[in-house]
Amino acid sequence: MSKVTGSEILIKSLEAQGVEVVFGIPGGAIMPVYDPLIDSSIRHILCRHEQGAGHAASGYAHVTGKAGVCIATSGPGATNLVTALADAKMDSIPMVAITGQVPTPMVGNDAFQEADITGITLPVTKHNTLVTDIADLASTVKEAFIIAETGRPGPVLIDVPKDVLQGHAEFHWPDSVDLPGYRPTTKGNLRQVREAVKLIMEAKRPILYVGGGVIRSNATDELFELATEGRLPVVTTLMARGAFPDSNELCLGMPGMHGNYTAVTAMQKSDLLIALGARFDDRVTGKLAAFAPHAKVIHADIDPAEIGKNRKVDVPIVGEAKDIITKMVAELRKAQAEFGGVPDRGAWLKQLADWQKQFPLIFEQPSDGLIKQQYVIERMYEATKGDAIVVSGVGQHQMWAAGHWKYDEPRTWINSGGLGTMGYAIPAAMGAKVARPDKRVITFDGDGCFQMTAQELATMTVENIPVIMCILNNGYLGMVRQWQELFFEERYSQVYLTYEVPDYVMLAEAYGAVGLRAESPEEVDSVIEKALSVEDRTVVIDFRCDQTEKVYPMVASGTSNDDIILGPGQEAPQLDPSAATLA
Amino acid sequence: MSVHTLSVLVENRPGVLARVAGLFAARGFNIHSLAVGTTEDTQYSRMTVVVDLKTKSLEQVVKQLNKLINIIKVVELDNDAIERELALIKVRARGDDRARIIEIADIFRARISGVSRGTITVEATGSADKLAALQDLLAEYGIVEMARTGVVALGRDDRGIKERMLRAASDE
Repeated sequence: MSKVTGSEILIKSLEAQGVEVVFGIPGGAIMPVYDPLIDSSIRHILCRHEQGAGHAASGYAHVTGKAGVCIATSGPGATNLVTALADAKMDSIPMVAITGQVPTPMVGNDAFQEADITGITLPVTKHNTLVTDIADLASTVKEAFIIAETGRPGPVLIDVPKDVLQGHAEFHWPDSVDLPGYRPTTKGNLRQVREAVKLIMEAKRPILYVGGGVIRSNATDELFELATEGRLPVVTTLMARGAFPDSNELCLGMPGMHGNYTAVTAMQKSDLLIALGARFDDRVTGKLAAFAPHAKVIHADIDPAEIGKNRKVDVPIVGEAKDIITKMVAELRKAQAEFGGVPDRGAWLKQLADWQKQFPLIFEQPSDGLIKQQYVIERMYEATKGDAIVVSGVGQHQMWAAGHWKYDEPRTWINSGGLGTMGYAIPAAMGAKVARPDKRVITFDGDGCFQMTAQELATMTVENIPVIMCILNNGYLGMVRQWQELFFEERYSQVYLTYEVPDYVMLAEAYGAVGLRAESPEEVDSVIEKALSVEDRTVVIDFRCDQTEKVYPMVASGTSNDDIILGPGQEAPQLDPSAATLA
Repeated sequence: MSVHTLSVLVENRPGVLARVAGLFAARGFNIHSLAVGTTEDTQYSRMTVVVDLKTKSLEQVVKQLNKLINIIKVVELDNDAIERELALIKVRARGDDRARIIEIADIFRARISGVSRGTITVEATGSADKLAALQDLLAEYGIVEMARTGVVALGRDDRGIKERMLRAASDE
C-alpha cells in the first residue's frame, strides 16, 4: 500500500466513518487538511466564525443523532470552538471537533497561533486527544466517533499538529479500537426494571419525568408504549420536548422554572417519579430540598454519575433508555395482566386534567397593542401546522418557543439547554437545515441572541441553506430585564439594546437574505405568509414585540416549585406542601 | 471530615494526571495526597489518591473518575489496606542534638540518609500517622525542610486491581 499524507488519512478516515458534512474555517495549521478536502465526497460548509461551525455541527447532530463534525485551525480557531464544545457537553450532543495544531517541535513554545486546546477543553469535552504520531491518526478518529456517539453522547476533540498532517504513512482504517477504560453500561438490569415496575404498580400518582436522554437513545416509540399502556402522565423537559407528543392527553408539557402549572405541580404532588434520561437539573427541581417531597424515585440513565447526584433514588437503573424502556414495557404488561388491568388512578388523572383546564399557558394579545411574542409563535404554528424543526436561542423567547409550540415528534425542537448559550439559534438552525433539507426550519430568536452569531447569515446565503428566522425583538436582553423588574426593583442595568439598531431588515438584505418586519398584531399573519412563500433564501423577520412581556409561570431562582408564580390574572391555589395527598 | 484512599488504575499516557487533577478541581473534590507511579504492566500506571470529602459523596468522586476515558478502574481501599508514605525530613542538628535526633529516628525505624554540618536528614517510611508523630518530635529541633511522597497503597486481598477489573468485565 502506498503512503499518503496525514491530511489524506484524516479525510479518508472521516469518509470511512460515513461523514457527509463538516462545518469549518481553514487557517495556518489546519491548511493541509483543506487540500484533500477538494477531492473528497465530504461537503465542507465554510462558516464565518468557528463558534458558528461548532453550533452548526451541534444542530446537525441534534437532528440526525450522528456526530456533527467541525474543523478549525490552531490557536484562536480552536478557542472559538470552546463555547460550542461546552454547550454540546452539557446537552450530551455527539460532536467531533478537529483542530490544527502548531508543528510538534514547536508545541509548548508559544508559537504563532498556538493554544493548548486539549488542556483548555479538558473539562468541556467527553474526551480529547493530541495526535503526536501519524500512526495513531486513523484509530484516533475512529475512537473519537465511538466515544462521541455511544454511552452518554458528547463532544470529542482531536488536535493534530501540522507536521503530523504533512507526514506520510499508509492509510489503514481499523476494524476495531482498544478502549480499555471505556465500557458504557448499555443494558438495563432486569431485576431493577422489575423493582421499578413494582413501584409503578403501587403508585397512586406516578409521573414519567422524561429528559433528553430518551431522544438521544431513539426511545420515543418505546416511551409512547410505556406511557399509553400504563396510562402514565408525562412531563417532557426542555431537552425532551417532542419526546412524547404534546397532542396526547397524557402529555403535561414542560416542567421547571418556566414550565406550566400542571407539569410543575404534578411533579410536586407525585408519589412516584419515573425519571428517564433526565438529570434533576436545578432548572427542573427548583429548591432541591422542597422538590417532589412525597415521591419515590426511579432513575434510569446511561450515566451512572447522574444517578443519586442530586436526588436520592429508590430504584436506580443504569443503561440506555431504549433498552430500559423496552424492558419496562414488557414487565409492565406482565404485571398489569396479572393485576387485571391498569391500576385505578382516576382521581390523579382527573386532578391533572382539572389543573390543565384551570391553569393553561396563557397570554393576551390586544388587537391594537404591541405584538406579544407568544402570539407570533402560535400564529407560526397555525400557519405551518407545526410541521417544522424549531430552533431557539436562550432567554425569554426560548421559554415561549418551548411552551407555546406543540411538539409531536422528536428532533423537531433544538435549543441550548444546559449551558444556555445565547446565539445558538442561527448556527444550530443552519446545521439542522443541512441535515434535513427536506424539512422547514424555523428559529425563534431574541434580538440579543441574534446579534451574537448573525454573521452565519452569510454562510446560509452562500451555501444555500434557507431558514426562516423570527426575531422576537423586544429591544432588550429580555430575561435579564424580567429579573431586574421582578427582583431588582425595576432598576434596569445594561439591558437595553434598542429596537432599531441594527435595522434587522437591512441587515438581512445586506447578507442576501429576505428581510421582513411586523410592527403590529394585524401584520403578523401576512408577514408569516410572505416568509413561508420564500423557499430558496433565508428570511429574517423583525417582529417588534412588547418590551415588558414576561415569561410565566415562573419559579423564582432558589425557591420551591410550590411557590410557582402564575401569569397575570391567574392565581395559584394554595396547596399544602406538607400534604402527602391531594386536598 | 471523611478521608478515603482510592487506588486508580490508569492508562499510561501523557495528560492523564492532568485529567484526574482537573476533574478533582472542577468538581470541588479535595485532594489530600496523590502519588503516581508505574505498575507491573507498562501499559498502566497507578494513582493513589487520598481524598478528603467534606460535602461531596465518595460515590460521585468514583463515578466521575470512571467517566474519564483513560481510567481503567477505581477502587476504594479498605481500612486494612497496606498504606505507606515516605518522608525526608531535614532537621537542624548541632552538638548534643545530633545524638537525640538519631535516637528518635531509631525509635521510628527511620534511617539517617544525609548529614551536613548543621543538619541531619531523616528518611522515614510508614503510615501518615507515624510520619506525623515523627515530624512532631523532630519539630522541636527545627525542621529546615521536608518532602513527603503521599500515600501509596495496596489492598491486602488475593486479587490485584486488574483482576478485579477483568472479573467485573466478565460478570457483565
